[in-house]
Amino acid sequence: MNANAITAAALPKAPAGPARLRWLAADAWVLAKRQFAHIRQIPEKLFDVTLQPVMFVLLFAYVFGGVIHVPGGGDYHEYLIGGILVQTLAFGMMGPGVSLATDLGEGIIDRFSSLPMSRPAYLIGHLTAEFSATLLAIAIMVGSGLIVGWGINSTALEALACFGLIFLIAITSIMLGTMVGVIARSPDAVQGIAFVAVFPLTFVANTFVPVGGLPDGLRQVAEYNPISAWAAAIRTLFGNPTAIPDGAAWPLEHPVVASLAWCAVILAVVVPVALRAYRKRTTG
Amino acid sequence: MNRDIQTSHAVVAEGLGKRYGEQWALRDFRLAVPTGSVLGLLGHNGAGKTTAIRILTTLASPTEGTAKVAGHDVVAEPDRVREQIGLTSQAATVDGLMSGAANLEMIGRLYHLPRKVARARAAELLAELQLEDAGDRLVRDYSGGMRRRLDLAASLLASPPVLFLDEPTTGLDPESRNELWDLLRRLVGGGTTLILTTQYLEEADQLADDVVLLDRGKIVATGSPVQLKARHGGERVVVTVAADADLGPAAEALEKVAAGAAEIDREGLFVAAPASESTRLIEVVRALEDGGVDAHDVRRREATLDDVFFSLTSPRGRAASPQSTTDTDQDTDREEATA
Repeated sequence: MNANAITAAALPKAPAGPARLRWLAADAWVLAKRQFAHIRQIPEKLFDVTLQPVMFVLLFAYVFGGVIHVPGGGDYHEYLIGGILVQTLAFGMMGPGVSLATDLGEGIIDRFSSLPMSRPAYLIGHLTAEFSATLLAIAIMVGSGLIVGWGINSTALEALACFGLIFLIAITSIMLGTMVGVIARSPDAVQGIAFVAVFPLTFVANTFVPVGGLPDGLRQVAEYNPISAWAAAIRTLFGNPTAIPDGAAWPLEHPVVASLAWCAVILAVVVPVALRAYRKRTTG
Repeated sequence: MNRDIQTSHAVVAEGLGKRYGEQWALRDFRLAVPTGSVLGLLGHNGAGKTTAIRILTTLASPTEGTAKVAGHDVVAEPDRVREQIGLTSQAATVDGLMSGAANLEMIGRLYHLPRKVARARAAELLAELQLEDAGDRLVRDYSGGMRRRLDLAASLLASPPVLFLDEPTTGLDPESRNELWDLLRRLVGGGTTLILTTQYLEEADQLADDVVLLDRGKIVATGSPVQLKARHGGERVVVTVAADADLGPAAEALEKVAAGAAEIDREGLFVAAPASESTRLIEVVRALEDGGVDAHDVRRREATLDDVFFSLTSPRGRAASPQSTTDTDQDTDREEATA
């Protein structure tokens, strides 16, 4: 082997104290860029958060929209977008789950773990990339909503709060996907679990149709479904029709508080479980 | 352990053990690898080779015992250890959806090399491993041999003084294997300490100064390859037969002229027995003829890992196999290790 410029002795030494955060940020960014490189190679990876919601907007706005009536008045297109936003965020758990399960099933995670990089950088880089993908999805949703006649009818402050809530829901969903990805045995398993969990949850809810029209039993499930609380909160904060029936369950009467509570509860469970499982799988 | 052994030895392990649930994947593992030497960890799938490597490379924490790599404790100072090691594990440790050059640059960046330095080093390693023409291609389009070389390049990025290779040549064709061996010899010539696991005695023969033989998580033998084979292996006579019914008579005939008991392999339709200097093939053939055995093939061969294993670990009568290993279940060791 020829005389190399780089030797282990010449490697930059780990900084002490707060400067370590700079290393963490730099390492996380290197790993986030890896995820972006994957998207460049397989753009289909983004379909579930880009084309799929647009497809749902078009389907419900123009195919079912004509027969779905919003009680209490209001335009269905205005009603619809809050629901599809939440559905998109919920399906956003699939991406992080699948890519984590893929990495953990292969040797590349061993490579990363054997490098002197910051320990949390892998997960943080991963979450950064996933959150960026979600931002793109939100932008696409808002854009397609505006095209089909949806709009923000609230104050700037309320609208800002609404985007804050949307980001929080996005993070909750990404963390949920992260947990599933770390625990699941394979990427296919993640896809299966996510689909079976998210699909019925987004339909037995006020996502596409107001809960008032649901039969007893289903209606109660829908009323306490976090998806319903999130969709109702987004509609409330954007000033869109909510179609919450009189005498609805508490979470729908107080959708914003209920939404925050749901996010807090889910994160409180999911984050420690995901981190523990991740540690166990990478350094067990 | 005293101070001398820490400075003269790149890897030192004492009483290392790893338990998964009720099962000990590794127990009483001790090691002292002199700096600049090559250690071969030999064993079948599930023998504990990968578990040992994972502990020494900080990927798994030991249940008991201690280990130091390049003078640093693997549990107390994992980051110091990681700066000193390179690892190529069995599964692909490179990203298939990135080019070879991008993979190496990414790893260089994770060693906190400046971008320019990382890029230059990537190009240097690609050239060194004859991958310069493939540097811009996606790794998923690489052949098995190319991917192995890129794996190795990634492990060499920071020119680590201690290199761990987990079955580096499994699945490689003989030519690629020889090339890899040459490269490893050059590295060792430059002072690198090498710890490699293998299922092939020949590989250990070619490369290793010392061998540690593992079976079901325990060390069953240590020594140089020559010592090991002389002690436990020697040459074998192998008789391949036409039909299952011939196996018994063939074993009987073989034992009359061979230097020890014959092992029967029903799947491979052959019997094998130790051969001494005075064992002559012509006598074997005569004995087979006298026994009325329809033999397809009679040959002498060097002891394999299996033969050494047979004499060390197995009760009499266990089936031997024609090759020392199969490639299809190479991942079971790792799966057990991570379960």
